Amino acid sequence: MNAASVVDVRGLSVRFASDRGEIEAVDAASFDVREGEILGLVGESGSGKTVTATAILRLIRKPGRQTGGSILFDGRDLARIPEDELQQIRGAKIAMISQTPRTSLNPLITVGRQVARLFQLHAGLSAADSRKRALEMLTLVGIPEPERRARQYAHQFSGGMCQRVMIAMALTTSPRLLIADEPTTGLDVSTAARILDLLRDLGARTGASILLITHDLGVVATTCQRVAVMHAGQVVEIAPVRSLFRQPAHPYTRALVRSIPRIDREIVMEPVPGSVPSLLNPPAGCRYAGRCPWVEDRCRREKPAMTPVAPEHFVACFAVEDGRAAAV
Amino acid sequence: MGFFGYFLRRLSLVIPTLLGVTIITFTLTYVLPGNPAVVKAGPLVSPEVVKELEKEMGLDQPAWVQYWRYISGVLRGDLGQSSSTGRPVLEDFRQRLPATLELTLASLLIALLIGIPLGVQSAVHRDTAIDHIGRIVGVAGVAMPTFWTGLLGLYAFFYLLGVAPPPLGRLGSGIAPPTAITGLYVVDSLLTGNWKALGSALHQLMLPAITLGLSVMAPIARMVRSTMLEILESDYIKSAWAAGIPRRRVIYGDALMNALIPVITILGIVFGFLMAGNAVVESVFAWPGIGNYAITSLMTKDSGPIQSFVLFVAVLYVVVNFAIDMIYGLIDPRIRLD
Repeated sequence: MNAASVVDVRGLSVRFASDRGEIEAVDAASFDVREGEILGLVGESGSGKTVTATAILRLIRKPGRQTGGSILFDGRDLARIPEDELQQIRGAKIAMISQTPRTSLNPLITVGRQVARLFQLHAGLSAADSRKRALEMLTLVGIPEPERRARQYAHQFSGGMCQRVMIAMALTTSPRLLIADEPTTGLDVSTAARILDLLRDLGARTGASILLITHDLGVVATTCQRVAVMHAGQVVEIAPVRSLFRQPAHPYTRALVRSIPRIDREIVMEPVPGSVPSLLNPPAGCRYAGRCPWVEDRCRREKPAMTPVAPEHFVACFAVEDGRAAAV
Repeated sequence: MGFFGYFLRRLSLVIPTLLGVTIITFTLTYVLPGNPAVVKAGPLVSPEVVKELEKEMGLDQPAWVQYWRYISGVLRGDLGQSSSTGRPVLEDFRQRLPATLELTLASLLIALLIGIPLGVQSAVHRDTAIDHIGRIVGVAGVAMPTFWTGLLGLYAFFYLLGVAPPPLGRLGSGIAPPTAITGLYVVDSLLTGNWKALGSALHQLMLPAITLGLSVMAPIARMVRSTMLEILESDYIKSAWAAGIPRRRVIYGDALMNALIPVITILGIVFGFLMAGNAVVESVFAWPGIGNYAITSLMTKDSGPIQSFVLFVAVLYVVVNFAIDMIYGLIDPRIRLD
């Protein structure tokens, strides 16, 4: 897509075998994360965002498997990289922070040690140097009294503090890509805002690109440069944030934007109609067909391709292509 | 609060438990058939002499006075006399204890060395051949009584194959025991460089230790498997994978250290099984330990050693569980603070 892509996901499909048949969690998803940008990946629960992130780290486990597409990282297909080399990419070049910071730290290892050992592992530093660097990292992410806190365990930290530690761990070896999977879920509003600030700030300082997975368009609006919208395993729209909020094209994106509560406008908040369709043996066409006000026969048979509607703004929808979708 | 507070709280629970144990072993003398005075005097004395002896032994006193005598005796190390060996029970115990300890520790070591990796591999390779084999071995180990596996082992390895020595104690015939330091022949012969005794001691120990070890290996492997399955799905293991920690370190480091916490807890129960299994295995292999001593005493209705054996095993069980609680508190930082 773009020469300056850090990671380029092309036609990624991921399936999970189940007793009742194949579940296609991700269906031919394509997007890229560019040098130094924050790309938002939004969608409802179960839309395949986390599976996509897991696929980028090549950590999809049985009964799941990647059934199609490629993930290019620095121009190389991650699927062709052997496992032992992947271990040097994970954590070092592609790092991830999760939506469950409190349970994502090992309860039996001190917080400082968990940060320090990544310096030993990925940067080859001595134990003493690693400890020193770990303290610097903890200071950088805003942990007060780092010397004392480093000797403590995860259960002695609050959720927000755990997420700061996770960020410290993710940034130890200046990764090219940081995947942040709903990093503010379960945190209170002001803590969430501070964590997002920290991510934005550290991303800019270390030059790491960030793939920010969220279901919250408000977070996207304040944090990201571009955004990809996922619905039921399909990427339906990609656009710069400004363009997406001004003129959402896909009917799903429109519904999402309308569902944001606003206090400055007299707009009645509407939930997105229907729910995410079953991914078990899904139909061939557009997966939004069952919820779409502009659906026609063709939508159920064929999959719409990504087409440009504005500079850098792409949408996969026949109604938009045909000009049937009413202007917002 | 810290670790010391935790230590004191746990210790305060040990004392009432030990008192309870002594009450039970004391009651044993009442439950066991036979009048100790008659046993001591022999069958050929007149009832008057028995009465005299009862008075002398304090059997005419109320129960609480007798209990007080009993417990103060126990505290002074007086466990009574064995009527079959004619020696103080404590001395008999002291002589036989190292044999039991050596067998128990060796079995525990075997059970852990096989059980933990088996449990880990069963969890990592869930529902594959390794997992199924582990399950079959585990069920067989639990289902077959130790006297049976012991006899089977003797039949196969001593009688048919001739690789195991005859089941006649801790050393082969004509081999002198190593200089006593700990009383454990394997350790002592290692410390003194007595390779001949070491070889013989290991040879003799092999079959009984495997027999006893197999009986408790299964619960350890099952526990490791089930906790590993749970832990491998946990968020911190997922984040360890995502952080690029090498596979072996994630499984045998990050995951296993967490899985071992519940395993340490069941070690107390495992230890109880081992002490009970000891008596049987020691009899099968003519192992000169306290279990064998207790069973011999049971057959000759020698109540002193039986009572002391029960007391000893119970106290050991309490002490081991106390020690496990302490280890638990040292390993898991969350325990101390609740």
